[in-house]
Amino acid sequence: MDKTNRHFISGDDAVAFGVKLARPQVISAYPITPQTIVVERLSEMVEDGSLKAEYMHVESEHSAISAAMGVSSVGARAFTATSSQGLLYMAEGLYYASGGRFPVVMMNANRSTALPWSIFGDLRDSLSQLDSGWIQVYVEDAQEALDMMIQAYKIAEHKKVLTPFMVNLDGFVLTHTYEEVELPEQEMVDKFLPSFKTPNKMSLEKPMNMGFSTSPSDNMEFKYQQHKAMMDSVQVIYDVDKEFGDQFGRYYNGMIDTYCCDDAEVILLTLGSVTGTTRVVVDSMRKQGLKVGLLKIRYMRPFPEKEIQNVVKNAKVVGVLDKDISFGFEGTIFTNVNSALVRMQSHPQSYNFVAGMGGRDVSKADIEEMFMDLLKASKGEEIERVKFVNMGVEING
Amino acid sequence: MDNKTIQRINAKNITDKEFFYGHKACAGCGGSLAVRQALKVLGERTYSVLPAGCMSAVGFIYPQMAFNSNAVISMFPGSASMASGVAVGNKALGLKDTHTVVFAGDGGTADIGLQALSGTIDRDDRVIYICYDNEAYMNTGIQKSGLTPYGTKTTTTPAGKNLPGSITEKKNIFEIVAAHDIKYAATASVGYINDFINKVNKAKQVDGASFIHVYASCPTGWGTPTETAVEIAREAVDCGLWFLAEYEDGEFKLNKNPKEFKSVAEYLKKQGRFKHLTDEQINKIIESRDKKWEKIRKNWV
Repeated sequence: MDKTNRHFISGDDAVAFGVKLARPQVISAYPITPQTIVVERLSEMVEDGSLKAEYMHVESEHSAISAAMGVSSVGARAFTATSSQGLLYMAEGLYYASGGRFPVVMMNANRSTALPWSIFGDLRDSLSQLDSGWIQVYVEDAQEALDMMIQAYKIAEHKKVLTPFMVNLDGFVLTHTYEEVELPEQEMVDKFLPSFKTPNKMSLEKPMNMGFSTSPSDNMEFKYQQHKAMMDSVQVIYDVDKEFGDQFGRYYNGMIDTYCCDDAEVILLTLGSVTGTTRVVVDSMRKQGLKVGLLKIRYMRPFPEKEIQNVVKNAKVVGVLDKDISFGFEGTIFTNVNSALVRMQSHPQSYNFVAGMGGRDVSKADIEEMFMDLLKASKGEEIERVKFVNMGVEING
Repeated sequence: MDNKTIQRINAKNITDKEFFYGHKACAGCGGSLAVRQALKVLGERTYSVLPAGCMSAVGFIYPQMAFNSNAVISMFPGSASMASGVAVGNKALGLKDTHTVVFAGDGGTADIGLQALSGTIDRDDRVIYICYDNEAYMNTGIQKSGLTPYGTKTTTTPAGKNLPGSITEKKNIFEIVAAHDIKYAATASVGYINDFINKVNKAKQVDGASFIHVYASCPTGWGTPTETAVEIAREAVDCGLWFLAEYEDGEFKLNKNPKEFKSVAEYLKKQGRFKHLTDEQINKIIESRDKKWEKIRKNWV
């Protein structure tokens, strides 16, 4: 490996480098902590000419996604980035972009949603938008962030997919942490990701009316096609993962990744950066002879139903770590995982750990406690179904 | 802009080509007239962006598309920003000599779309923004907008014992736009169609953002006969409740300065939406007109 291509950079920097390598033609973005470094770097790259793109200083996130759709509607490659309240402010546009089949790529820095106000990380922003029709991937480290910016365009723009793509990074824990990251060669990226070609555009050669309205006799067919495209994207995700690995030497295993799951009695399911901490805990507990495993969910949409079923089928108990809560029920990832589990002929019991909200640390000790709970449950002991971990207040029944 | 170099468009030299037809607008719709004429001026290499509103509702009913050139419906608050994206996207692709135009209603412009419009003007993106103003949210069934004038009966400003209909004045959206120091802005009326199309023709030459606020009658929402749609839009100008002006090179310019105004009461009484007004309320409208014209004549002439 060429040493000169390795850089010590933050997650946000890695995103910016990944975007640059993907050669978007227009960037429309509005600053919000902790996404800001991404748009600062991209502005610098446009200024110094190292990135040949137009940078649009839009006046809001709503206009950021609106402009990105305009860019995509004439067949140019668009990028935007946001976080938290910004994602919610552009929510109308998320549905619009997926319905219009505009393969916009967006980086979202996962951050808590107000109130109370908090700039720190959790997943309540993007998980609230699971139904918006965007492909959602959650990355574990800066290298994966960079690589996914490149893969994102390839998947989103695939003719069978034509669906917008959201790359999620944990706010601060990933966006602001420096790591060693390898930058792929531009020439190789160009070979991997050719320029954007789509039939779904307005052009002078073939004028088109887009964004139309439908009557009840047509609407469902459009929604079905959108659903089918998302389902079809699963195979494209695997194909692109393999092609990327073959060219750049890094494979991410597609929809999910697993660690020590083969003989595991209990498996913890995670999303994003907390996966790294969990790997360390699995290592130390394995040394104590405890049969624990880790399943990293990479994609929340499309949802890795079959992959999860296949991995957990021999486990006694599974736990789901949610850095979010759907008030009045349970963690959103937990609900999705349970839906996959009940379609198995027989399935392991499942438990939910709600943790790390509003930027609270999820420590190795916290994760160890989760595994200990799951091991208790595997021996028939009763444990809480939905547990708030590391709470500062006592919960009275 | 050197006005002499731009050839004026008239009934003789305007194209016979149609770019907006087969739509489902009401008979006598002033908005659709503005769209049709503007697209004739702008020509084939035009990309239209329309937010929610009458023109998008009547023009894009799948599978019957009414635009013969490129057109797309944007989000309601996002017509200007989407048009910016279209213009900048085409620029990034190296396309030259294309026009990007917005056709948005009064609510889509002065209320929900104002922020995005401000952004487009601030960035000076090459977008022609045309607001067709029929003075209420007509598509949803005649509700009050920021450009609904005082004394208008709408479905959300009913006229009754306690209220005269709408109690607020029209927002000065033309002046708000001009305050951005936009390269070109104008007001117009479908009642003075020659003036309107030549203003579109001027906007077409602008290398940056431009804005035209065109007064567009709505027989359905105004309670007027369909055959008087052009006449009533002309009368609004003649009685001084609307004005024809431009903002160019940092200066306001009044295009039509009537020596004498036609009767405001006559203009109002022809319309169902104003029928309820008392003499006292009509006098209030005249007073407010005179105050506005005092400012216009002092500063724009």
